[in-house]
Amino acid sequence: MSDLDREGLYRSLRRIHAFEEAVRSLWNEGRISGEMHLCRGEEAVAAGVMAHHREGDAVSCDHRPHGQFVARGVPLVDVLAELLGDERGLCAGRGGHMHLFSRRHLIATTGIVGAPAPLGAGFALALMRLRPGAAAFAFGGDGAANQGLFLETLNLASAWRLPLLLVCKDNGWAVTTWSKDVSAGDPVARARAFGLVAEHVDGMDPLAVWHATDRLLAHVRAGRGPAYLHARCARLDGHFLGDRMVRAARDLHEGADMGRVVVQSATERRGGRARDRARALLRMGRQVVRLKRGLGGGNDPTRLPPGTLGLDAGARRRIDDEVAAEIGAAVRAATQEAA
Amino acid sequence: MTRMIFEEAIDLAIADAMAADERVLLLGLDVPMLRAGLYARFGARRVLAAPISEGAYLTAAVGAAMAGLRPVVEIMMVDFITVALDALLNHAAKLEAFTHGRWRCPLVVRSACGAGYGDGGQHGQALWGLLASIPGLGVVVPSTPDDAYGLTASALAHDGPVVVLEHKLLTKNWLEFVGSGGRPGLSFDVPAAGHEGEVRRAPVPLGRAACRRAGDDVTLVSLGVSVHRALAAAALLGAEGISCEVLDLRSVRPLDVDAVVASARRTGRVLVVDEDYRQFGLSGEIAALIAEHGVSARFARVCTDDTIPFARHLEEAALPSVGRIVMAVRRLLAERARATRSASAPCAVETAP
Repeated sequence: MSDLDREGLYRSLRRIHAFEEAVRSLWNEGRISGEMHLCRGEEAVAAGVMAHHREGDAVSCDHRPHGQFVARGVPLVDVLAELLGDERGLCAGRGGHMHLFSRRHLIATTGIVGAPAPLGAGFALALMRLRPGAAAFAFGGDGAANQGLFLETLNLASAWRLPLLLVCKDNGWAVTTWSKDVSAGDPVARARAFGLVAEHVDGMDPLAVWHATDRLLAHVRAGRGPAYLHARCARLDGHFLGDRMVRAARDLHEGADMGRVVVQSATERRGGRARDRARALLRMGRQVVRLKRGLGGGNDPTRLPPGTLGLDAGARRRIDDEVAAEIGAAVRAATQEAA
Repeated sequence: MTRMIFEEAIDLAIADAMAADERVLLLGLDVPMLRAGLYARFGARRVLAAPISEGAYLTAAVGAAMAGLRPVVEIMMVDFITVALDALLNHAAKLEAFTHGRWRCPLVVRSACGAGYGDGGQHGQALWGLLASIPGLGVVVPSTPDDAYGLTASALAHDGPVVVLEHKLLTKNWLEFVGSGGRPGLSFDVPAAGHEGEVRRAPVPLGRAACRRAGDDVTLVSLGVSVHRALAAAALLGAEGISCEVLDLRSVRPLDVDAVVASARRTGRVLVVDEDYRQFGLSGEIAALIAEHGVSARFARVCTDDTIPFARHLEEAALPSVGRIVMAVRRLLAERARATRSASAPCAVETAP
């Protein structure tokens, strides 16, 4: 059982949140190129799990890696400079947002869905030999949980009794597909079937995530084999910033534009039966409604009710101010470097 | 003839095939949203949403093709095809050879490829050389909307597996999804003639290159977005009095060997402009074919040498560009005839201990 640092947990949550908002601004300004998958909605998972990280542990991340990097203590200026494609970035501007690596911190990223799981298993194999008691953390999403790489890792990690914690950040979506529509069985039951200890947790609650991780890691660090944490969380910005579906859901014009094309196609000659076409239209509409519902502020894990984590308003304000100052300074430093 | 954008032409070819043949169906991650028009028209029984399980659904498509369907599988980006490569390398591409042509696999894979919008080295690869190295697998890389329709239509009509690669710089939606993300003021070097154009709605045969510009001094062999870079370079070089022929391969496998060799024989100088990796791929293959046909031609290539860097300026420098092509052509013309045989000693023979 680790000691719970309530202030530290709150600070971690706020740091991830503030970092992502800073990245959003830079991306909106056009200073960051390519796709940008923010982890807004996953902050409590990253903060709650990573609070248990110890020096010597290893971490593998997916295409939404910033939360883990911030919580791991990788210098924020280095990460920001990397996102800006700057020579002084974490990977000299060569890697970018989906390919962040810090060898010093033993934390790596891949943009290939599902791949963090077996990479994490490899980290765990190395740790088992080189640093008994250390653990590997592998983060992925509910979409990745259907990838062969991930499913094979459940078996491999269990058969080899690897010190691996697999964390599923379940935001409900596999890109634009509602995961439940294309998934069979219960994810926790799947993991248990392979012999992992596994838990469901409310990924919006940092304290719950912290306690669940604490229990699972006790098992992992004791050398009793891998564990699986399934954390239901949210996706507040769509698959990536500028997600067309999100814009269609939010903006009437954009939505109407997309709708026109779809309705036109639905009335083309030669195609599916009328019933099939109507059902397709209905499903698409339902997806957009579902997506829009998920974007609401009520799904924001960083908007904690007063008294959460036993912190009074004053303590929270102090931490918020400190975090704002820290992130602001990092952004200034990184953008000055990039200039 | 209808004017349309690149991806509309591919969608139309698929729609035409689906309307004509009940056995054609589309499956893949996100296809109900990515190809919303097809989903709305043909419904969920013909346009199947898949989980992120490329290995399973691509291999399943091979099985479905073997058992009588004609599946079109969407692999979002060609970089992700690696997790499902077994389906193509060991199954789809082997069947015809294993059965001596008695059983074939009519499968089309559609996938976005290519860089030039700052997405890093895991989302911007070309990889057509890797795929085309597999005997039994067709690979096409259209550079215009008309070819996008025509090559997709031919792929759909073909009884073996064919990969259709659409470059993200040519497709409005992909570039919007992964490049600009709706941000105003961001610009990408999009070749207008590749992005939008007239479409004849007619098949373009697999394995036939198109001559995009006739010339005498040097042959630029290219495909995809690089064709447009080559044409822009050829226009610049034309002003200097250098006459470039530009061949658009369109199809990597089968490759139009005759067109390449004939042009090389005529101009005596070949520059391959290939966005794929330089070594062990298409550009080297073209050099080998020219040599095998006994043509003595000066040869050079402008390709992607290494992993594509994330930073925009580094990415730009890494990809084939008009500047790099112009420089390479000038160098090719400046070089004198091949050096005569050197007088150095033969290699030392190493024997096993």
